[in-house]
Amino acid sequence: MASTQSYGYTAPTSVDETLSILASSSSKGERTQILAGGTDVIVQMRSFDKEPRLLVDVKQLSETNEVNIGDDEIFIGAAVASGVLNENQELKSLLPGLLESADLIGSTQIQGRASIGGNLCNSSPAGDTIPALIADSAVCVIANSSGNREVAVEDFVTGVGTNCMTSEEFLLGLKLPRPSARTGDAYLRFIPRTEMDIAVAGAGVSVTFDGDGVCTKARVSIGAVAPTALLVAEAADALVGTTVDDAALRAAEAACSDAASPITDKRGTVEYRRKVVGVLCRRAGAIARDRALA
Amino acid sequence: MSKMHISTMVNGQPEEALCEPHQSLLDVLRDEMGLTGTKEGCGTGDCGACTVQLDGRLVCSCLVLGAEADGKEVTTIEGIANPDGLHVVQQKFLEHAALQCGICTPGFIVAAKALLDKDPDPDETTIRYWLAGNLCRCTGYDKIIRAVQDAAAELAQSS
Repeated sequence: MASTQSYGYTAPTSVDETLSILASSSSKGERTQILAGGTDVIVQMRSFDKEPRLLVDVKQLSETNEVNIGDDEIFIGAAVASGVLNENQELKSLLPGLLESADLIGSTQIQGRASIGGNLCNSSPAGDTIPALIADSAVCVIANSSGNREVAVEDFVTGVGTNCMTSEEFLLGLKLPRPSARTGDAYLRFIPRTEMDIAVAGAGVSVTFDGDGVCTKARVSIGAVAPTALLVAEAADALVGTTVDDAALRAAEAACSDAASPITDKRGTVEYRRKVVGVLCRRAGAIARDRALA
Repeated sequence: MSKMHISTMVNGQPEEALCEPHQSLLDVLRDEMGLTGTKEGCGTGDCGACTVQLDGRLVCSCLVLGAEADGKEVTTIEGIANPDGLHVVQQKFLEHAALQCGICTPGFIVAAKALLDKDPDPDETTIRYWLAGNLCRCTGYDKIIRAVQDAAAELAQSS
């Protein structure tokens, strides 16, 4: 059936309409493709995945365009362009690491379209925003016919280019706990150029301190060193209960190098990636600490 | 699926077109609207030759579907000059010989003008990062950067 399908485009204006389009296509055995910024999808459509499908543009939904900074929670719509996010000064001061991870992806032109939600749904092992989202305890809000379901970002991506959503679901946005005053985050990646490249390795860290300067909560995630971004509990454990001093950061570094299971490709070898991802964790940890205590 | 009808505002003029659902905005501009100033370089969003503004935001028109431009405003290189002559950014590209083969130039000019609209006094680093998505294989970039700096200086003087 799919072989007779031709390309189509539709831009629904409500979640219900979007879900009914997805359900109806699915029941007919037709392929659908959710379109947000298109900076991955359209490239893939033109190169290795030319099979016709119905493009379902989700940028007309109010939910996917929403940015809401609440007292307890922050919501970032799945289609909000990173260029738009980076103009939001309040968000930048609350989640500088996450916004930097989005700002690392692509040129000014790409950032006019590319979104954090799209980066996550593309589910590349090297997606820069994914370790930053995991460090910030982000949760995916997924629309489906029985209401929204929520999945932690670290459980969302299931393999290289795959995730836990069915063809009848789509990502509405990301929900993050609003960071407390003594919380800081950071994301660092290594690329051989100054910008516009794909991560050889990346590390996101979020740390929270009590009034005495002792770390009470930490989240560490590493990217581009395994089929999916990993939450490294051992690295976080190395930071909690410390002042995130050099010794603690070195222990977190070692935990990240141990947790990594990278491949050798044109961007780097197994040994190199294993080493570098630890160093990135240590450096990102120091930046997150300084932000939390500033 | 049959062709889709889209209505857009291109360079301040209403434009209508019929396009395929998966046709790029770049191809719609060039092939359906006859606006061939916007160039195709890579077709994958890496080179910036096809840069246009979509509702005021810089995008690669090769990575936008024509269908997505329905109801939106598009500014292309054809919309940069004033009725009385070239925009100062265009003039400075000529004066500084900031182009050789010229394929990248429309994209650079649309992107550079957008920068100066947003930040009238950018430093060199800001200019270089802003234009990092525009590739030029001829000039080595220095002349382009100097043209943008000179355009900023002239705009500051005339304002």
